[in-house]
Amino acid sequence: MNLYESFRLALRALTANKLRAALTMLGIIIGVGAVITLMSAGQAVQNYVTDQFRGIGSNLLFIAPGQFASNRRGGPASASTGGKGLTNGDAEALRDPLAAPDIAMVAPELTGAATIKYGSESALFSVSGVLPEYSTLRNAYPEVGSFINEQDQAAGSRVVALGPDVVKKLFPENAYPVGAIVRIDDVAFKVVGVMHAKGGSGFGNEDNVAFIPLSTAQTRIFPSRGGRGDYHVSLVYVQAVTENRSNAAAQEIKEIIRRRHSIKPGDEDDFSVVSQADILSSFTDILGALTVFLGAIGAVSLLVGGIGIMNIMLVSVTERTREIGLRKAVGARRRDILAQFLVESVVLAVIGGIIGIVLGAFGSQAISLFNKDIRPVLSVNAIILATSVSAAVGLFFGIYPAARAASLDPIAALRYE
Amino acid sequence: MAGPVIRLENVARLYRLGDEEVQALRGVSLSFYPGDMLSVMGPSGSGKSTLMNILGCLDRPTSGSYWLDGEEVGQLKDSRLAAIRNRKIGFVFQTFNLLARTTALANCELPLIYSGMGQRERRERATAALAQVGLGERMHHRPNELSGGQQQRVAIARALINRPAIILADEPTGNLDSKSGVEILRLLQQLNQQQGITVLIVTHDPFVARHTQRIVRVHDGQVVGDDAVAQPLVAGEAVRPSDAALAATV
Repeated sequence: MNLYESFRLALRALTANKLRAALTMLGIIIGVGAVITLMSAGQAVQNYVTDQFRGIGSNLLFIAPGQFASNRRGGPASASTGGKGLTNGDAEALRDPLAAPDIAMVAPELTGAATIKYGSESALFSVSGVLPEYSTLRNAYPEVGSFINEQDQAAGSRVVALGPDVVKKLFPENAYPVGAIVRIDDVAFKVVGVMHAKGGSGFGNEDNVAFIPLSTAQTRIFPSRGGRGDYHVSLVYVQAVTENRSNAAAQEIKEIIRRRHSIKPGDEDDFSVVSQADILSSFTDILGALTVFLGAIGAVSLLVGGIGIMNIMLVSVTERTREIGLRKAVGARRRDILAQFLVESVVLAVIGGIIGIVLGAFGSQAISLFNKDIRPVLSVNAIILATSVSAAVGLFFGIYPAARAASLDPIAALRYE
Repeated sequence: MAGPVIRLENVARLYRLGDEEVQALRGVSLSFYPGDMLSVMGPSGSGKSTLMNILGCLDRPTSGSYWLDGEEVGQLKDSRLAAIRNRKIGFVFQTFNLLARTTALANCELPLIYSGMGQRERRERATAALAQVGLGERMHHRPNELSGGQQQRVAIARALINRPAIILADEPTGNLDSKSGVEILRLLQQLNQQQGITVLIVTHDPFVARHTQRIVRVHDGQVVGDDAVAQPLVAGEAVRPSDAALAATV
């Protein structure tokens, strides 16, 4: 008996008991559907995050004071240790085109939390003192009005560009905030612009921030000086001339700041330089692990589905004992019977797998309902994986019942009631 | 005269049930010739089922030799025996053993699937075999749409399909009313007389046995009688005599 005959036979046996076949497939359908949905969702989120980072610019470097407690791939600077801190002087030193030829732009920032009050409304927001370059470097543009300019910085003006979420919280609807006076930690500031909404990104919500000139922040809102009487900054953004000069730029940053901080050779840096690529790769690692984990959960239901197939195949072998006896009597060999039942369970699993893939395709579309910026990806890998795994499940869990059928004694099988 | 289609020489079959040994057959020697129509009779437990299983290549003798169609088949391995059953033996069972939900035609084709025959040739041969047993009109019916007699005809057509050396019929009329039973006997007689097919019927019914040319009696695993029937009955022409009369004649 050839494979085609076995296949026809399997289809006939399955259509003879449609409800049972459908229920048996259900485990595989749910398993494959879950694997596809979860893996596609993981892939979609990964793509989304990657796109977000790409929007920021991959030639961007960050310098933060202190060492990240963990290694370079440790992610956000939650565990930074003290150190001297970074100052305006450090940032200025990086502008030296001779010492740092690969650095195109430097933008120090001093960020803290402050209460912003307008009329009777007030709330705690993130307030960032920045230079005009910040706008170009971080792709942050005003929707209405203007951003901080050179004169504001030079004069230490009390002007503020508000993030759209700040405006939404403090101002009544349809109000025009430009020109209004708000109080930041009881200092009066004039609103000069409202920022364009960026949405949440890898670095928290940038729409929830108020931008003021760096000089104003350092003198009036968060005054803090280093050892040489130089004002502190909390972060320095550096843009390398091109993406592939990022590493060279990072090296130059290290040399310059180590010299300025008088760090002896062999001692650890008291600051960290993190590139966009570092952050992106740690995010991708986390999301990749998450995707695998989600896939594993789906795989458990595939396993359960496989056991369901084995169960039903065993029942089916018992039910068809006489049929097996007869087939053997008229000339079926052991391997003919083995093939018949094995093909049947593989067909069962693969049909279940195909239905599961269709279901999973719909499921992965559904993820865009939660966030329309996340484009669903139907992962081809997941489809190949799910199909081959369900065939393997059918084969693996079909072997025992099929072997049992094949080894039946025809005499006893023919007499079986 | 051609050589025997079946030759058993001192065939014994020993079963082990735990510590106990059961001698189902103790040295049976028999020969059947092409064109024979004979019956094997014996009470239950006599070993006639074991004999039938060995003749049908479903079981192997513990000792002794079995030649089928000139080939020693007593000690072949399973897959070879399966091929022999496929080509040389046609089974007819008391309970028909047709596949439910499958048409008469497909049931008939079943042995040919395992012969590796193509679909078209299978269909042609199954159609011819069904026509031969008088079911040409009903070949697309399923077993549950056929009467018992018709189902047994399908089974006989299935047995015939590979042109076997012998048809082994195990109580072929056991599940049929007497009218259908006689019709099946007539069909078997016709196949035997018109086409020279060797037919062996295992039965406990003397009336059935009287339709064959020779009756082999088995008791306690041994052949206790092997007699030609003086005047075999022609199925359908003889009225069933009383049991007492039957017992006397056979």
